[in-house]
Amino acid sequence: MIKDDPIQNVLYVDLSRRRFWVEKYPELFEKYFGGTGVAINLLHKECPKNIDPLSPENPIIFAVGQFNGLFPLASKTVAMFKSPLTGNLGESHCGGRSSIAIRMAGYGAIIIKGSSETPIYLTIDENGVKFRDASVLWGMGSYTVGRIIRELEIGAGVRTIMRIGPAGENLVSYACVITETYRHFGRLGLGAVFGSKKLKAVVILGKRSIKPKNSKIYRKIYNEIFDKATKLPLMRKYHELGTAMNVNPLNELGCLPTKNLSTTRFEDAEKISGEIFAQKYLGRRVACAHCPVSCIHLAALREPYKNEPYFYKTKMVSYDYEPIYALGSMLGIGSVEKILKLMDEVETLGLDAMSTGVVLAWTTEMWEKGMISEKETKNLKFNWGDHETYIKAVRLIVKQPNEFYRALAKGVEVAALKFGGLDFALAFGGNEMPGYHTGPATHVGYLTGSRHSHLDSAGYSLDEKTVKEKLNPKMVGETLFEEEAWRQILSSLVVCFFARGVYKPEIVVKALSVVGYDLKIEDLKRIGEKILKLKYLFKVREGFNLEKLRIPRRIFEVPTPHGYIVEEFIREAVKVYKEKIESLPEN
Amino acid sequence: MSSKRIFVVDVDLCVGCQCCMFACNRRFGEAGLSKSAIHVRSAGGVERGFVVTVCRACLNPPCLKVCPVDALTLRKGGGVILNASKCIGCGNCVEACSIKAVFWDKETNKPIICTHCGYCVNFCPYGVLTLKTVEEEFE
Repeated sequence: MIKDDPIQNVLYVDLSRRRFWVEKYPELFEKYFGGTGVAINLLHKECPKNIDPLSPENPIIFAVGQFNGLFPLASKTVAMFKSPLTGNLGESHCGGRSSIAIRMAGYGAIIIKGSSETPIYLTIDENGVKFRDASVLWGMGSYTVGRIIRELEIGAGVRTIMRIGPAGENLVSYACVITETYRHFGRLGLGAVFGSKKLKAVVILGKRSIKPKNSKIYRKIYNEIFDKATKLPLMRKYHELGTAMNVNPLNELGCLPTKNLSTTRFEDAEKISGEIFAQKYLGRRVACAHCPVSCIHLAALREPYKNEPYFYKTKMVSYDYEPIYALGSMLGIGSVEKILKLMDEVETLGLDAMSTGVVLAWTTEMWEKGMISEKETKNLKFNWGDHETYIKAVRLIVKQPNEFYRALAKGVEVAALKFGGLDFALAFGGNEMPGYHTGPATHVGYLTGSRHSHLDSAGYSLDEKTVKEKLNPKMVGETLFEEEAWRQILSSLVVCFFARGVYKPEIVVKALSVVGYDLKIEDLKRIGEKILKLKYLFKVREGFNLEKLRIPRRIFEVPTPHGYIVEEFIREAVKVYKEKIESLPEN
Repeated sequence: MSSKRIFVVDVDLCVGCQCCMFACNRRFGEAGLSKSAIHVRSAGGVERGFVVTVCRACLNPPCLKVCPVDALTLRKGGGVILNASKCIGCGNCVEACSIKAVFWDKETNKPIICTHCGYCVNFCPYGVLTLKTVEEEFE
């Protein structure tokens, strides 16, 4: 760590008593770099066992890493909390300006505890915290809150504005936190934890500098990384079509989950491809702070006002592959415009797009099968492709007028346990499925990944690379474990996972030398494993058991490019992963 | 032929990555933003695009006129050069700049003046910024 790096400052905020203070953790940041590594240690310390995730005891931890502010593409903040969706580890990563703002305000982590009696928002800078009344903002959609706070507060350009929509206020288990209008702490329900604390928004701003010991070497390594990032073809793809580029190839390969994964090829896939989005709707591309890639794609949705001729509004809606899958193919919506309208509603309410899509897809299948009626749906008739009904439904998920919508607001697994249809309730470890039915590895990854995210260990990528080969459970379990362990290093520094092709182990070692480390790749692997183990221990502490995970039957009924998935394969690979992680020392 | 200066070629090319701000700060070997002479912010939400604030190298700069101790002198090609040893940190120059392109260094309590070195230009991947002479610009 750079001597006296302000990253060691951890800002504590107690919402109940409206107090704040700073504690220093030099050893912790020295040992774990920041981000995930530091956050999991703080979570073990600050989160009491078996608490209700929506109680004041649940801490919200934001952590940045030593590379944030120093190197390009280190643009993410890690949030940790106990997840209201899964009941164990809540971990979500977000870009925008969040990490730069926290780092430049002079903190390595911010811990928000307690809860406010009345709606509140926070403004955080290098001098500490201001507690501001948010009564007027309560109930507002995510765009409006951003617009208002933007005018109220200083720091344009060097601040992040994190906020929740009505979904977070109403404690929907998969409500998200939105920053810079289009980036998210999307998964696992951080928005509900904000809501439970009556915390509507957090503004963080700062403009500091950090001085590496050898500025010449710093600039040299910086340039090396920057060059790679701006020249690698992969990074170009993120910039050009963005992640939406996946729609066509995944559909052609037969792994695009469609209509609640009743099939993996969508007849209208071409109409909602990354190419169509870009050619017909792309209005602007923007970047996270300190990332030259600019992968954020905003579609311009031009809508006429119904009662006023020649009067239009043009809304900008951010899109990516996962929301297109979840709110598009998964719901049988084959029109970009309709998908954008639904996305926009989901964004306004502050729901996680992926969980929402899976929940709606399950609901549609339940309706189709006659397992629910108008009584449950409040007279909505769910049909594939009917975006208007879906827009009404997401509003009801937030409002929760009856038991059915209350269940939907708790996630697809809770809903299915109550209303049936568990076999096609596509959640893994309690988290709704990402958009890849590529083969066995992706599902093993959803099950074993500490966040139950496709980005934990990229099983889809292993499936795709081995399409013509025969996979075996041992290799899958081990490969995913190693990949996930390595990613703990990236998310501790905190480098965006999209930049993993730039931040190869050799580069990370080099860049770490700039901030004072003399480590070998082997050392990094060990630290990564240690962090992963700490996350696993937290999950187990909260009742998680890899052996007892439910596997939705649906994934065995629909073929993948690797053929039909066999349950024994999945169980065996999970076992291999479990043995790997349990064989690691506890400290 | 006058000295080169920075031009904002097309602000609509800007994606708001702020790599220019970080680049400017690295001139001093430091990571971060506190010494940056260029600033990028959204024009009221990123969907509306960005505002790039950087010295436009005035030929008759207001900042120079209000300096009470002649710490600012006219730069060849436009803009000003700061003589830090003369500067008393009054901040008049910050107030005088109509486009708010004079920033403040809290550490030294003196203004941050763009030297038009063009280091930031090298780190703008989208060609928003360029370094050239006024003659070149109007050719």
